[in-house]
Amino acid sequence: MLRWFPENISTFGGDIDGVFSLIYYVVGFWFLLTEGVLFYFIFRYRRRSGHAPTYVRGDRWTELVWVLVPAVIVLALDLGIDAVGGPVWARVKEHQPPGGVEVHVTGKQFNWEFTYPGPDGKFDTADDVTMDNELHVPVGQNVHLVLRSRDVIHSFFIPTVRLKQDVLPGRTIKAWFNATKPGQYEIACAELCGFGHYNMRAFLTVHDVDDYQRWVHEKWPAAAAAPTGDKG
Amino acid sequence: MQAVVEPDAHHAHGEELGFWRKYVFSVDHKVIGKQYMSLALFMALVGGLTAYLIRWQLAYPETPVPGFHWVPEPTMYEGVVPPEFYNALITMHGTVMIFFVAMPFLLGAFGNFLIPLMVGAPDMAFPRLNMMSFWTIFTASMLLLASFFVPGGAAAAGWTGYAPLSADPVFTGVNWGLNLWLLALALEFGSFLMGGVNFLTTGINMRAPGLTLTRLPLMVWMQLTAAVLFMLSIGPLIAGAVMLLFDRTIGTGFFLPERGGDALLWQHLFWFFGHPEVYVVLLPGFGMLLEIFPVFTRKPIFGYRAIIYSTIATGILSFLVWAHHMFVSGIDPRLAMPFSITTILISVPFAIMVFSMVASLWGGAITFATPMLFALGFLATFLIGGVTGIFLGSATVDIYLHGTYFVVAHFHYTLFPSVFLGGFAGMYFWYPKMFGRMLNDTLGKIHFWITVISFNCVFIPLFLCGVAGNMRRVYNPMQYDFLKHLAPLHQFATLATIVLMLGQIPFFVNFFWSMVAGERAPDNPWKANTLEWATTSPPPHGNFAQVPTVYRDPYEYSAPGAGEDWLPQYAPQPSA
Repeated sequence: MLRWFPENISTFGGDIDGVFSLIYYVVGFWFLLTEGVLFYFIFRYRRRSGHAPTYVRGDRWTELVWVLVPAVIVLALDLGIDAVGGPVWARVKEHQPPGGVEVHVTGKQFNWEFTYPGPDGKFDTADDVTMDNELHVPVGQNVHLVLRSRDVIHSFFIPTVRLKQDVLPGRTIKAWFNATKPGQYEIACAELCGFGHYNMRAFLTVHDVDDYQRWVHEKWPAAAAAPTGDKG
Repeated sequence: MQAVVEPDAHHAHGEELGFWRKYVFSVDHKVIGKQYMSLALFMALVGGLTAYLIRWQLAYPETPVPGFHWVPEPTMYEGVVPPEFYNALITMHGTVMIFFVAMPFLLGAFGNFLIPLMVGAPDMAFPRLNMMSFWTIFTASMLLLASFFVPGGAAAAGWTGYAPLSADPVFTGVNWGLNLWLLALALEFGSFLMGGVNFLTTGINMRAPGLTLTRLPLMVWMQLTAAVLFMLSIGPLIAGAVMLLFDRTIGTGFFLPERGGDALLWQHLFWFFGHPEVYVVLLPGFGMLLEIFPVFTRKPIFGYRAIIYSTIATGILSFLVWAHHMFVSGIDPRLAMPFSITTILISVPFAIMVFSMVASLWGGAITFATPMLFALGFLATFLIGGVTGIFLGSATVDIYLHGTYFVVAHFHYTLFPSVFLGGFAGMYFWYPKMFGRMLNDTLGKIHFWITVISFNCVFIPLFLCGVAGNMRRVYNPMQYDFLKHLAPLHQFATLATIVLMLGQIPFFVNFFWSMVAGERAPDNPWKANTLEWATTSPPPHGNFAQVPTVYRDPYEYSAPGAGEDWLPQYAPQPSA
């Protein structure tokens, strides 16, 4: 099961996969144990001549402990899973680490629109750089996403980053990640958003630092040179 | 408690009823139960066909579906499913299977048929209301099926109908299809509200003398708890459905941000109902298993009271977990951990129930008749659904797994065992009581093995697809490079789906053939203890020649000093 995960390229992705593995082994053990007992009972207590059934009602504490003790162990393991998972959740979803680059993401039927602040470093100015379905980020830096939707609910999903966040019309939602490996990766929409949902695909390009600067020089001045461009 | 019930006036001379009053507009709970069963089995065929079309598209994208060249454009193109129709298919598959198969089968058919018989009553408390609840869901089913044929096609916003996608026709291009979908749902909810009133009144007020609540068969407990859960949770969703219909038709904006509404409100209303609904569908399935285990192990169920208390605890907790469907929906992330913990707490009463079921086998004398095979298959496969829920209940892991095939596989592993393995267990067990004939055991076993093996072959690969990141509700996953290597898994699952469907042929043959030519059933073919076996097979109009008296608990099998290995609830003293 674990080997089916796609490659992980984010700083927190390994922790999420770690919680998955923990649950996999804990739950896997209990699952095999329960199925084992179940099938043993089915085999052991099949009707045979000379073996009368045992009259047990399970209404006395001395009998019920056979059920209650495993249930309490299950509870303890469950709470343990949340105790391990809680801090990871908080790191991914509750806190935005400082620094890095900011990109505005807008979902619309059926494209992802990525907006950069442009040379002036400010959003909502004329030199903003907007492109469809291409997200470019530098490796090893925090990337802050400001997510919006123009029409219906979409879900911003980068499988290799282990990031998923629904995008809502009428609200602004923040998310972040930090990519650890240069390359090109796929971005998907993970919430049904209409007939073109299946093809609402974008690409994340993680550049190494020099390469990212080269990309900025190549793409951003062009927008700044436009007639209405204001140089910051 | 003793309730004196005067049978409905025409119970006394039921023989004089004409064809229409006897078989169509009947007020007899047994006939109504069979009507629900017929509707559910028919709708299961519709749901199965949608599954076939969905699976074909996933395995062999954009190729003609064998046997579907005749479907006219623009629904399909020479047998190829287009994206619009694919979205309609997944929407209708979920809607049909949950609301028009699972509920009418487990609650409508078995609840209606069994509750009066198991409590020793002549009929439901409100026979005419019972008839009305069936004809209401019948109307709802027809509206839903009609929605396939209106311009724009059937609803295509997912069975969860998330707004704003569902709130304005411009987003999906579906206008009347979705309006009809909403109407059908609202009627279905109304139907089960009426049914719930009947279930509760009958189960609480019309119990035979001596049948205290702690002597009530667990099936009745499960049905009544399911009815309470449904009735307490459905209100907000009925309101939501009407609000959504208003958004679509008269220009309100409850769910549309540009008109001042909120995009998340629908999800709260839907899942506040949606999670208790899981147990509405699950508990009756457990009920089947709990009735069948003691009969085929010849010993009492383990922990009768612990199971009842756990059921009630599960029911209460199920109202406090709905946001686990919404971890990444945009709710305040600080809400995730509290809901993660309530979700995980449910595993305690659940573990008690499941461990009690396993313990019920200990020391038994198990015979593997078809009902028992299905009940055991239910327990063994349901466990997979249960443990995979732990992954999704963890908010952290849900960041990655949410909205993937892991979720699809998980809930199919909870619902399919309950509805179909549990439902078929009940079918093979109570068919003799319903129709007065036995089902063929060999055909039943063939049906069991094909069903249980092929079901696992469909959904195990889908867990792997989910772990690989494959999003659900995607028309053609092969558009994505990172999913291309999953094609063989999808193809395997699709072939298994076809086998699963063909595997139902032995059942349908058995079902219809046995009705006319099956071996005649005695009153109590399984030597079971509960009241439904005290009357003839099938029971007459009015059920019992005289109201039975209950002397003891429902599962007194192999009691010391009883002589025989069973002791019916209705037998005055241990039979010699």
